[in-house]
Amino acid sequence: MATTAPRRAAVIGGNRIPFARANGAYAKASNQDMLTAALEGLVARHGLAGEHVGEVAAGAVLKHSRDFNLTRESVLGSSLAATTPAYDVQQACGTGLEAAVLVANKIALGQVESGIAGGTDTASDAPIAVHEGLRQALLSLNRAKTPAQRLKAVSRLRPGQLVPEVPRNVEPRTGLSMGEHMAQTAAQWGVTREAQDELAVESHRNLAAAYDRGFFDDLVTPYLGLTRDQNLRPDSSVDKLSKLKPVFGRGDDATMTAANSTPLTDGASVVLLGSDEWAAERGLPVLAHVVDAQTAAVDYVTGHEGLLMAPAYALPHLLERQGMKLQDFDLVEIHEAFAATVLCTLAAWESESFCRDRLGLDAPVGALDRSRLSVNGSSLAAGHPFAATGGRIVASLAKALHEKGSGARGLISICAAGGQGVMAILEAA
Amino acid sequence: MAGAYAGFVNSAVGARLAAQLGLPRPVRLRRYSADAPLVDSPVVVAGLSEAPVAARARALLTGEGVEVVASVPEGAKVGAVVLDLTAVREPADLSLVRDVLGPAVKALRPSGRVVLVGAAPAEASTVVQAAARRALEGISRSVGKELRAGATANLILVARGAEDHADATLRFLLSGRAAYVDGQVVRVGAGAPTEPADWSLPLAGKVAVVTGAARGIGASIAQVLARDGARVVCVDIPAAGEALARTANRVGGTALQVDVTAPDAGQRILDHATTRHGGLDIVVHNAGITRDKLLANMDESRWASVLDVNLGSILRMNEVLLADGGLRDGGHVVLVSSIAGIAGNRGQTNYAASKAGVIGLVDALSTDEDLRRRRITVNAVAPGFIETEMTAKVPFATREVGRLLNSLSQGGLPVDVAETIAWFSQDANAGVTGNVVRVCGQSLLGA
Repeated sequence: MATTAPRRAAVIGGNRIPFARANGAYAKASNQDMLTAALEGLVARHGLAGEHVGEVAAGAVLKHSRDFNLTRESVLGSSLAATTPAYDVQQACGTGLEAAVLVANKIALGQVESGIAGGTDTASDAPIAVHEGLRQALLSLNRAKTPAQRLKAVSRLRPGQLVPEVPRNVEPRTGLSMGEHMAQTAAQWGVTREAQDELAVESHRNLAAAYDRGFFDDLVTPYLGLTRDQNLRPDSSVDKLSKLKPVFGRGDDATMTAANSTPLTDGASVVLLGSDEWAAERGLPVLAHVVDAQTAAVDYVTGHEGLLMAPAYALPHLLERQGMKLQDFDLVEIHEAFAATVLCTLAAWESESFCRDRLGLDAPVGALDRSRLSVNGSSLAAGHPFAATGGRIVASLAKALHEKGSGARGLISICAAGGQGVMAILEAA
Repeated sequence: MAGAYAGFVNSAVGARLAAQLGLPRPVRLRRYSADAPLVDSPVVVAGLSEAPVAARARALLTGEGVEVVASVPEGAKVGAVVLDLTAVREPADLSLVRDVLGPAVKALRPSGRVVLVGAAPAEASTVVQAAARRALEGISRSVGKELRAGATANLILVARGAEDHADATLRFLLSGRAAYVDGQVVRVGAGAPTEPADWSLPLAGKVAVVTGAARGIGASIAQVLARDGARVVCVDIPAAGEALARTANRVGGTALQVDVTAPDAGQRILDHATTRHGGLDIVVHNAGITRDKLLANMDESRWASVLDVNLGSILRMNEVLLADGGLRDGGHVVLVSSIAGIAGNRGQTNYAASKAGVIGLVDALSTDEDLRRRRITVNAVAPGFIETEMTAKVPFATREVGRLLNSLSQGGLPVDVAETIAWFSQDANAGVTGNVVRVCGQSLLGA
């Protein structure tokens, strides 16, 4: 049987709504509202009103139980043809990128000709659950058939159970917040406060410059009066940031502040993918192709590895498959969950012992030319609505690579809760 | 139709009071709908001697299933009157107006139409003929003011040899598309009009760009062009992107977020139209802003921003859009002027400057050798009082007065401006260039 290499999925374009700080401009918008808005902007930009798209894959990390079919419901509320199938994806902060990989793979295999991948998250309109004791009592009451059983169920109710459960940014298996985990890793790698603040300032400066030169004119559609990311501080400086009190870590190791960590954010993003033929039929220029992708996970529970270090482990697989070096990439996007995440990852790749002992490499991955890193700003400036970050990065990187010229390659790295990481390679069309 | 006055005079008590006092009573205007006839039957079509345009009118009306009569049938109402006076030689010939038009006006239905057709005074062979031809303008404008119940009167001036080129204009003026066009003169010249395969889709297969398409009149223009068959590229500033996306999705077009004042705006628009839709046939320069202030208090930024958005950006974009490789041969440029650009308006020296400048641009471009050779038409609409978000903010009294100071006693709707622009954009209308048509219900301002 003859086998042919699968075709590459094209990244045609993207759209997101400006990201808002939690309880800010989108305080009353739901995940479905925001995902629908992001889809509507994408549809308008690419003239897809009434069109059938192969599939839409998207998700949210913080999700109401009523949103069991979030993506399909958003599609039905959009201008896409109602015949467009959709499904929800969830891989914590990796959701958006993982969704893009799923759709790209289906396109590569010829199972669909076009698809939309994305994600949405709201920290403002978060789901609030009832106390576990109350939930159990109510379920018992529902099952009860006799008055005695009912009485027994009701008798288990306690006033304390009226306090609702709000989702927390905590790893269930360690009880530590993501920031506390990161602080441990940062201390391990000796990442300084100053280096983190510099990275944060750079992120703001790059994002502001990208807005100013119109880079986002065809990547962002305003929503609810917000035209730029609410978290963006163009006038941010290392001097100003150095005055902030640390929020994670202890003693000398307390280097992480509200400014070099991403804030809670609301927002949504989507990316349009398709086969080259599908794009050409519609006169849609192709920005880039999806070349490869890799996920990885680490054992953070025992403390063997830092919670957000998984992408460091995904990279060697990609490099080997593609016969590339880290330094071959024209652009690199490392999601700034925290400034320290980026710095620890870069430090790990430079470390001979880490690369040898942990990654099993003969030589270190080596240093990255920082002028190629997140050139149009990243999560520290834009904010990080968990599932929406992947779509933001894929679309921005595809456009930036396209500006560089055909053949330019870019790497995306996104860490996720649960000790996971998702990576992908794009190449300019 | 909207407003406190219109609501009152159309209420039970208000109607009686208005009738007793002889107050104007705005009616709901007849507007275009796909399943309504072009114009109500019967239509009186008459003319002096050969009357070539009357013959065209008879043919096109019959083709549309409209009954055509030579004079008002006994006791009947008529939907419109078309009077071809292209053969007028001397003032005495004008008596036909009294003989035919007089009775017809009396029998005109609500939202009826009077269309007078004359020959261009400038092309008259004698002084006497020139005077007689020009007289028609006075007649049509006065009839417009005499008509009641949403009826309008307009004049078509046909250049020598262009007698067969007025079909699209006749259709437009007779139809509900011209609901708020009243007391206007449309000059039809040479050119090579091509009939659409389907008159209900006169823009089929065309690619149009509309700037300022997010809201108001611009959104309406996008909608009407799309309804008439065009693929529409909807352009607005990035900050208006949310409303722009709504417009684009509603009309099945594409949204392009670009500030028209950006140096590369023209190139980005052209690239988008070419890559996505294979070319560009229609450009509607609609984007505009107001920054009102009395001249004595006018600051630099108000002055400069209005002139740059409303005029400077158009000049810059045209350098690309009208160059070779831009707008296709036989394409159409439509600009949006304003009644303020004709009559002037207190507090709007900047705005009036830009909108009068637009008229100057129409004059210059429509006589440009290169554009003529490429059969590109250039026209403008000049809206009067149109009901938009912007006019809704005008103080109550000023707003009510603005609504009433015209022959139709009401404000127009964005769709009325859009319909006129769509008509300018038709290939069937290739003989119409260099025109500025007011969509003002025959406003008293600047008339």
